[in-house]
Amino acid sequence: MKKNTEVKKYKNSFLNWIEYRLPIISYLEREYGDYPMPKNANYFWSFGAMLTIILVVMIFSGIFLAMYYTPHVDMAFESTERIMRDVSFGWLIRYIHSNGASFFFIVVYLHMVRSIYYGSFKYPRELNWLFGVTIYLLMMVTAFLGYTLPWGQMSYWAATVITNLFSAIPLVGESIKIWLLGDYTVGNATLNRFFALHYVLPFVILGIVALHVAAVHVHGSNNPSGVEVKTPKDTVKFFPYMLIKDTLAFSVFGIIISAVIFFGPNLMAEVDNYIPADPMVTPAHIVPNWYLAPFYAILRAVPDKLGGVVLMFGSILVLFFLPWLDKSKIKSCSYRPVYKWMTILFFADFFILGYVGLKPAVGTYLLMARVGVIYYFLYFLVLAPLVPKFEKTSQLPDSISDVYGAK
Amino acid sequence: MMNKLLFTLFALIIINSSLQAEELKAEKLKKQDWSFEGITGTFDRASIQRGFKVYREVCAVCHSMNLLYYRDLIDIGFSPDQIKVIASEYTVIDGPNDEGEMFERPARPSDRFVDPYRNDVEARLSNNGAYPPDLSLITKSRKGGADYLYNLLTGYAETEEGSDIGEGMYYNLYMPGNQIAMPQPLYDESVEYDDGTPNNLNQLSYDLTNFLVWAAEPELEERKRIGIIAILFFVVFGVFSFFLKLRLWKKVS
Ligand code: HEC
Ligand code: HEM
Repeated sequence: MKKNTEVKKYKNSFLNWIEYRLPIISYLEREYGDYPMPKNANYFWSFGAMLTIILVVMIFSGIFLAMYYTPHVDMAFESTERIMRDVSFGWLIRYIHSNGASFFFIVVYLHMVRSIYYGSFKYPRELNWLFGVTIYLLMMVTAFLGYTLPWGQMSYWAATVITNLFSAIPLVGESIKIWLLGDYTVGNATLNRFFALHYVLPFVILGIVALHVAAVHVHGSNNPSGVEVKTPKDTVKFFPYMLIKDTLAFSVFGIIISAVIFFGPNLMAEVDNYIPADPMVTPAHIVPNWYLAPFYAILRAVPDKLGGVVLMFGSILVLFFLPWLDKSKIKSCSYRPVYKWMTILFFADFFILGYVGLKPAVGTYLLMARVGVIYYFLYFLVLAPLVPKFEKTSQLPDSISDVYGAK
Repeated sequence: MMNKLLFTLFALIIINSSLQAEELKAEKLKKQDWSFEGITGTFDRASIQRGFKVYREVCAVCHSMNLLYYRDLIDIGFSPDQIKVIASEYTVIDGPNDEGEMFERPARPSDRFVDPYRNDVEARLSNNGAYPPDLSLITKSRKGGADYLYNLLTGYAETEEGSDIGEGMYYNLYMPGNQIAMPQPLYDESVEYDDGTPNNLNQLSYDLTNFLVWAAEPELEERKRIGIIAILFFVVFGVFSFFLKLRLWKKVS
């Protein structure tokens, strides 16, 4: 037990009172005020803070939606529409929540691109990466559950298609599916439990985000050169230097997301979801939300259902192993002339997979999906471990200050 | 080299997708000028009121608009008294009363738009087995939105030589598959206008579409108004942070 250790003196006596009982003020000061950031961090390092804000906005808009939403197959569609029409600013809350989900994924993808390109997932930040991939996985589950709630045609049929995947598991598949649905088909029991889970998972994500951020702060952030901080000269304080950059980045983000929310709120939505769910009518083609589309493409790339399911889950699982698959000691792709282009090609590949995931799995699209899947796994399982053996890397700078001064 | 490769890939995708689009839709939508489009778009209330008349006199025979209440009409310029009169022309079933009986009464502004059929079975029975969809969200639930609707209503044509049209189906240039179970609902002069606006097919369809867009997105005007403020806010905030950032970082070397 600490006995009356020196308590930091703040001008404000209320802060002192708190600090003496719970040293949270000095904690905040250390972690968010004086926290040293590599001074060469570019705007890719603003997405983490942005994600935190989006998460909070999603939780708040979600709570307000839940106050009016009715999770019943006969009323869900209608209650969402009543939110849009009769609740004051209900349309705004709903459009913030639905477009917010899309932008959450756009930003998380940029955040992950940053982590992969600059090698942020490597020693000593592996645990941080594991938390990150877990968050990503939970985000996908949460988004999928949320998509079923308005109980439109796409809600119903996407839920049917996805839960059907589990029946591909040999022997126990069918029982698992029924256990998940709470019924033999997607129905009221399913909707109720999906709502319950959709409400609780974001708070789980919030908890993991806290661990994720705390973990970055132990060794400090990575930076575009991938060279670790050596002296305090390599860094700037979070406040005000990073805060102002994050604020600027957030303003730009605000302009873009407002343009979509207010002037094209349904651009990223499927028209079919404005038709109430009808188990008797199958839509011409069933598409998942765009941000899940790459995995949907992987699923359909193989003619065998079980094979597709295995590949799809495999493609997410393999992300967890990246810190151990990539054998290069050099973090940033900027100093890896060969692997750099393979990584960029990997990003393009993921994008293309997403595109074909939204198209019918026939002809050229199917071919593209297959080539895409092959490169996806090639990148992780072959290129990441083997390229470092042959690659001639460029000379790393001695310190961050060297690169920063040279600009 | 890489850039060229990426460029070719994207070009391929775009060509491919436009090819596909052409396969599916025989006819490209003819775009109309709508007052609600654009950043400062607003509703043309006179047109919406005329469109409501067209809906009431023609479409309402077959199509419900479940998500609307008569009270909502205040938005498009009807007075509370006018709305009472409009509502009272419809009959709803209410109850039970003190004797436990259901009874009929004229609709009130707080009632929903009254359905033409008692249930789905009756709706199908009266339409050769086809179900006339609810129109409350029709412009949001079809690709092409307002333009699709307008083209659909004006897109009936003689069956093309050699095309296979099913029993009880009609040829339409814009319906996916070119067959629709709805007979052409509107013709020149189907509906009389009180304000002297010409009532040809194009005008009727135009007004009706305006009405249905309002019905699907009654928040549109408010949304765009707030949108401009929100964007301006972020622009000002962004400019301010930009200059502050330049000032702060000048000292960092
Ligand atoms: C005689 C009854 C009848 C009348 C009157 C009628 N409709 Fe229809 N409508 C139908 C039926 C039946 C369908 C279903 C067609 C199908 O599924 O092929 C339909 C379908 C539609 C569709 C959906 C087309 C699609 O893309 O699936 C629209 C839009 C529509 N009607 C609009 C209107 C409008 C606007 C009016 C008034 C001008 C109107 N209808 C009048 C019977 C009617
Ligand atoms: C809810 C979603 C997420 C939130 C709110 C979030 C938040 C943050 C924050 C605030 C930081 C520190 C600032 C920064 O470096 O940008 C950070 C860093 C990091 N995040 Fe996330 N993150 C999320 C999802 C993810 C995902 C899905 C991944 C990868 C799979 C990931 C990987 C990382 C890594 C590797 C770092 C350390 C980066 C570095 O120091 O260079 N994060 N995150």
